[in-house]
Amino acid sequence: MSRVTLFAGHYGSGKTNIAVNWALKLRETHERVLIADLDIVNPYFRTRDSLDDLTRAGVRLISSAYASSNVDLPALPTEMYAITDDTASLAVVDIGGDDRGAYALGRYAPGILEENDYDMLFVCNMYRPLTMTPGEAIGVMREIEAACGMAFTGIVNNSNLGEQTGPDTVLASLPYAQAVSRETGLPVRFTSVRADLAPALAGRVDNLFPLTLQKKCY
Amino acid sequence: MAEKVLMKGNEAIAEAAIRCGCRHYFGYPITPQTEIAAYMAKRMPKIGGTFLQAESEVAAINMVIGAASAGVRVMTSSSSPGISLKSEGLSYMAGCDLPALVVNVQRGGPGLGGIQPSQSDYFQATRGGGHGDYRMIVLAPASVQEMASLTAKAFDLADKYRMTAMILADGTMGQMMEPVELDEGGYTPVDKPWAASGTGMQREHNIINSLSLVPEELEKLNFARYEKYKAVEENETMYEEYMMDDAEICVVAFGIAARVSKNAVIAAREAGIKAGMIRPITLWPFPAAPIKAAAARCKAFISVELNMGQMIEDVRLASECRRPVCLCNRVGGMIPSPEQVLGKIKEINGGVQ
Repeated sequence: MSRVTLFAGHYGSGKTNIAVNWALKLRETHERVLIADLDIVNPYFRTRDSLDDLTRAGVRLISSAYASSNVDLPALPTEMYAITDDTASLAVVDIGGDDRGAYALGRYAPGILEENDYDMLFVCNMYRPLTMTPGEAIGVMREIEAACGMAFTGIVNNSNLGEQTGPDTVLASLPYAQAVSRETGLPVRFTSVRADLAPALAGRVDNLFPLTLQKKCY
Repeated sequence: MAEKVLMKGNEAIAEAAIRCGCRHYFGYPITPQTEIAAYMAKRMPKIGGTFLQAESEVAAINMVIGAASAGVRVMTSSSSPGISLKSEGLSYMAGCDLPALVVNVQRGGPGLGGIQPSQSDYFQATRGGGHGDYRMIVLAPASVQEMASLTAKAFDLADKYRMTAMILADGTMGQMMEPVELDEGGYTPVDKPWAASGTGMQREHNIINSLSLVPEELEKLNFARYEKYKAVEENETMYEEYMMDDAEICVVAFGIAARVSKNAVIAAREAGIKAGMIRPITLWPFPAAPIKAAAARCKAFISVELNMGQMIEDVRLASECRRPVCLCNRVGGMIPSPEQVLGKIKEINGGVQ
């Protein structure tokens, strides 16, 4: 278990949901867990949307005061340095989408690299149009690495079709994730699925990670 | 063969546009539609198309005028304040009878307003933000799938009638992710003998211009244009009816408001109230006929909107004031909840005899 876990990938790949669920899971076994929202690109669908769940569980949220507000400002608070300064905490870092989103990580990369106790995971979804082939996904990976100055250490397969995701949707994506893994030499750390799909996939997918998602009213 | 993918509404518009032959995009970034431009910036260079971030919205719409004049499929996109800036161009396009697609992913206003969803540009879209007598074909998607399918439809209608077609979406529709089946695409190019696409030394020059200084001539142009609009009204009106067969309370809603309202109609039915919904898919031409028909048998209408009551005027006109028409709304970037709409349905059902 690394002290810092970073989630990056194509925008809309599911990074924020995974980061929130990962932080909540870590909190079950660790006293001090923080989650940092480094997204300065997209003003919507932010870690802060899960503030109530995180607070209830005792996970410390570090995010821009403007996240999930109507103020579309690409600002980060100084408190963000807790990612590297607060070494007594496990840190989960939610990075903005694509290379544009990953530039902000460059500010914190030297500290993370110096401590050298991190996992940087590439979240991918085979059903997203710009990362449908392993080649396209790896292209996005390389752009992100170039933008932030850090290299990925593993892959998260979050292939899904939203509400229309079934067990077969996930099973059909396994060769894709394996191909990304083979061509990059990085392990598939886990496959994330909506929690209600987990029972049907248990035993058929290695390292399954069930996700609790926010409720929609339309 | 159709493939199923997971897309944001904004991405679906961009990809659908590319698949139906659009190779020219001119725009200027504004939340919450920036993904359209971002997607075009990534894709257009790979397929020999043009993505150009103009220096302003005004510049972008004038680039659209140029490309449309040359007879190619072209689009621009923006959000509410940016559409206001483009409005002069929209009027010139109407005056030149130019086909193009303009996307408005609405946010709360007036002024700079906020970045949360809104439907407060209904008047602007259906009555014209620019000056002069003109109409645009206005399409209101209510799912990411429709963001794609109505984009293709908009290009076809624009070419068919030499008109500007607008996709009137909102921040929620632009940002939400849903599974989409994309067609292989392709389209049959429409013959555009009017376009300034080169004479080949075979014909006289085509001149595309909205200036017309002889009043008799300008009147003729306006009359002819309104004959065309009449044909659009007769042939292209689109709407969806939901549980309307025996409905006593008729909810009218489009876009995100229709999604919320559908859940409210289902809940009302479970509570024993005969509610139904008419969802306009074209806002202009407005589906007046089904609303007029509903006025003969329903007790009341409820117009559900993310504005202070704009479409409600069209519902009143279409129903010829034969039944009460009430408003159920949120504004400023807020979205009505299914519970709010259900509450209104119950209130109206109890109060109208």
